[in-house]
Amino acid sequence: MITTLYRIIKYGFQNFWRNYLISIATVLVLFLSAAGFLGLLIFGAVGSKAISSVQERIDISVYFKPDAPEDDILKIKEGLRGLPEVRSVEYISKDEALEIFKKRHAYDNVIYQAIEELNVNPLSASLNIKAYDPGQYSLIASYFEVEAFKNIIDKITYSENYLIINRLARIVSLGEQGGLMLTLILAIIAAIVAFNAVLLAIYSNKEEIAIMRLVGASNTFIRSPYIFVGMIYGFLAAFLAMVVFTPFVYFISPYIEVFIPTTDLWFYFLGNFFKFFGYCLLFSMSISVVSSIVVVKRYLNV
Amino acid sequence: MISFNKVSKNYNHHEVLKDISFKIAPKEFVSIVGRSGTGKTTIIKLLMAEERPTKGRIVFGQYDVTKLKSHQLPELRRHMGVVFQDFKLLPKKTAYENIIFTLEVAGRSQKEAEEIALQALELVGLIDMKNNFINELSGGEKQRLAIARAMVNQPDLIIADEPTGNLDPSNTLGVINLLLKINELGTTVILATHNKEIVNHIEKRVISIEDGRIIKDEEKGRYFLV
Repeated sequence: MITTLYRIIKYGFQNFWRNYLISIATVLVLFLSAAGFLGLLIFGAVGSKAISSVQERIDISVYFKPDAPEDDILKIKEGLRGLPEVRSVEYISKDEALEIFKKRHAYDNVIYQAIEELNVNPLSASLNIKAYDPGQYSLIASYFEVEAFKNIIDKITYSENYLIINRLARIVSLGEQGGLMLTLILAIIAAIVAFNAVLLAIYSNKEEIAIMRLVGASNTFIRSPYIFVGMIYGFLAAFLAMVVFTPFVYFISPYIEVFIPTTDLWFYFLGNFFKFFGYCLLFSMSISVVSSIVVVKRYLNV
Repeated sequence: MISFNKVSKNYNHHEVLKDISFKIAPKEFVSIVGRSGTGKTTIIKLLMAEERPTKGRIVFGQYDVTKLKSHQLPELRRHMGVVFQDFKLLPKKTAYENIIFTLEVAGRSQKEAEEIALQALELVGLIDMKNNFINELSGGEKQRLAIARAMVNQPDLIIADEPTGNLDPSNTLGVINLLLKINELGTTVILATHNKEIVNHIEKRVISIEDGRIIKDEEKGRYFLV
């Protein structure tokens, strides 16, 4: 077993070094595919951050009439919590609403003084509701179309923002689907390119494979070193992709943050460095190993 | 024991071998002679199961070659050593590595393989060139290396397909004498050639083929074809 492993590794490295020009070319093509795949992963991560950032901003607020009893509002809140579409419900009492308002306008003396001079709190209590899926807000809004609620509800911002919410929901959904499709298509293209690179690398050895068969080498004995070389190609391609992407991400991170303020791409990349490397390694190694198996099989029919 | 029983082979409706039958006993030296394109190489390819016959049965020792599956071929081929006109050496390996590879294929231990490889190179006079790559060897050296590779696993049969086709007269004689010596040590040898001088020099059994048929099979035969 150890002898076999030693021979596989020996012939694998021998193939790699003695065909170094082909090996370098193959690794470079695989590197481009792996870099493309890594780019898609990072683009996907940025995209989903952007999508969730948009999703975070979508909510509906229900404002209650000034005389609406707090107990009734809290009952509605509990009722909403029971809905499977609802991710969170936040109750903001009249006093809390006033505090928030004051804080927001602390530097605007005119408004601040006007509020101070009023002896009553003009603001309403409200419930801020967030859904799991932006498409579910219309369903949540319909929850309030009950006669009993109409007496205590002043307004629901959903109907006012109906168009914006729906449009955002559509954009979010399209963004997710489109991103997945794009990732899949580009990943398949990258895989085909990489497969062809491995095919050409092994094609140059087809005569050697035929001779090995003629001197009695088993298919496993012939195939294994090529699979090992495929693993070397895959590893080097993934490693190179990470080496190139690390400074690249560092450089573009501040620019991304301008567009999506809550996204620190560099921090995210470092935090998931080994995950990215793992995915990239899995991608490039599986392509090169599968390609090696398929291509060598073609030349094993002597 | 090798036996061809009513074997035919067609390529694209063209019959290259026509219903040929012969037997070769262990330790025999047999020359298969005939002009180019008469089917000598096809016989060798059929024996190695590199090609399958259209009709008939081929037996080599315990193997019914015609019925072997692809995964069983390596085992069959480890019982044969083959020497080709174009050498068929592994071009990206050194002389030593070519021999070692064949020994490793047969499952020899590393130490054993290294010892045998050095002995074999010594025997064919290539020990000083053990680290040379194939493109650094002359035609004669390549053929001696091919013979060394063919015999290292002590096969039951050595097949030589036009082994002297690319060699000058002095190297030709060297290669033929090497094959005769291997045969004297008890290995069956099949030599496919159209070289009249060689066949007449050997004075062993000759199977003559013309137009895909055996036209003569005689002990201590001579090359009589024009």
